[in-house]
Amino acid sequence: MRPFRYARADDVRGAVALLAEAPAGAYLAGGTNLVDLMKLDVATPELLVDVRRLTSDRVEELPDGGILIGAATPNSDLAAHPLLRGRYPVLSQALLSGASGQLRNLATAGGNLLQRTRCVYFQNVTTPCNKRTPGTGCSAIDGHHRELAVLGTSPECIATHPSDFAVALAALDATVHTEGPGGGRRIPMTELHRLPDGEPDRDTVLAHGELITAIEVPPLAFATRSHYRKVRDRASYAFALVSVAAAIDVADGTVRDVRIALGGVAHKPWRASHAEELLRGGPALEDRFRAAAEAELAEARPLPGNAFKVPLARNTLTRTLLDLVDGPA
Amino acid sequence: MDVEVSLRVDGTAHRVTVDIRTTLLDALRERLGNTSPKKGCDHGQCGACTILLDGRRVNSCLALAVAHDGAEIVTAAGLAADGELHPMQRCFIQYDAFQCGYCTPGQIVSAVAMLREAEAGWPSAVTADGVAAGDGGRTGLDADEIRERMSGNLCRCAAYANIVPAIQELARR
Repeated sequence: MRPFRYARADDVRGAVALLAEAPAGAYLAGGTNLVDLMKLDVATPELLVDVRRLTSDRVEELPDGGILIGAATPNSDLAAHPLLRGRYPVLSQALLSGASGQLRNLATAGGNLLQRTRCVYFQNVTTPCNKRTPGTGCSAIDGHHRELAVLGTSPECIATHPSDFAVALAALDATVHTEGPGGGRRIPMTELHRLPDGEPDRDTVLAHGELITAIEVPPLAFATRSHYRKVRDRASYAFALVSVAAAIDVADGTVRDVRIALGGVAHKPWRASHAEELLRGGPALEDRFRAAAEAELAEARPLPGNAFKVPLARNTLTRTLLDLVDGPA
Repeated sequence: MDVEVSLRVDGTAHRVTVDIRTTLLDALRERLGNTSPKKGCDHGQCGACTILLDGRRVNSCLALAVAHDGAEIVTAAGLAADGELHPMQRCFIQYDAFQCGYCTPGQIVSAVAMLREAEAGWPSAVTADGVAAGDGGRTGLDADEIRERMSGNLCRCAAYANIVPAIQELARR
């Protein structure tokens, strides 16, 4: 690991000021991904600004019935929180399907959204990678890409975003609160992460020094009927091949409203807006679910090693909606 | 660059000067001589380095010592109070829940913390009824629950067939 400087600030504003002065610096929260990337020489920050104690580390109920999640809330506290388990089970399930008990205790809500892809070439400094070192090429497109993206890819990068939590947040229309050198702003979860086009090294729209301070989840009554289904190579402690976060509101056999996002298929959590549009107002039937999934995946451009993800995503989406519709009240 | 950090390890206070890049795992093993937490993968994937950090199980290989100045740490060695083995340690012996033993300190620390998490009502990914209910406490932990909650601890000898019953034995008491 390369040497670095370490600093703490008294408050968020101070941390933002410290990092603004250090173009090659980074924020440190739980460190579960960053410290690993520093060991691998993939991340080489010259300054770490520790923000773990600066933002809220708890969940707050908002007057409108939504919730505000402090960026420093450990994933484990978040997954066990009664407000998440009761009102947004999809969030709790997504968190619990990710990482291990030990990692969930260290990792924070804000850091979870900013973790980097687990593409093997990104994590290996001896191989070309446009995300790690722009302009060197993508080793995955003609190499090992079984885990990588099928939607929204570019000729430069086919990385997937690894977070489960972010997929569930994208389905729920969550908003990320940030503080940066230019002040504070609110970013819809669906716009926080970007597609690789042009700048595969940029995972998000955040500016240098912009810090996530909180995540706001708006009220959604039918999210009490929501689910996160994750398909992976082993039963636990693995990243998603494909995942689906969904919530559905059905009355008299008709879909009144629905929220769907896919994980493991793109450079960002993939909100399935097209499938949602097709489903709203239609009958809550398996063939409709399947058709909506197929329509969403029509633009998929899989490679030989990950073509299985297209039918897998279609089937996982169909099954998740069916389980929500047929499951216990 | 060196930094001085204070750590309370298994009940004993230490002040130690470390290179700023030092993880808690390396501080414990290389500077404080506590070789109870093991270095397996050193990337947070195997769980052999599991310690209790301010009461919670974490991978000590991913925690920088400088970021945890003042922390209270318990290792597997510290679970044995006054020369008496912790009940979880006794269960691992009773069920022969290891072969080479390298992952065992991490398994035991993780299992002790995992039972506390279950007691506090924390759900797991396999908890029945999704996560809406799922606080049956520790006595309700079946083999599937234990395997899920312990998935962050790998055993390359694959002694799981005895690790799971060892943990279940203590969960039932």
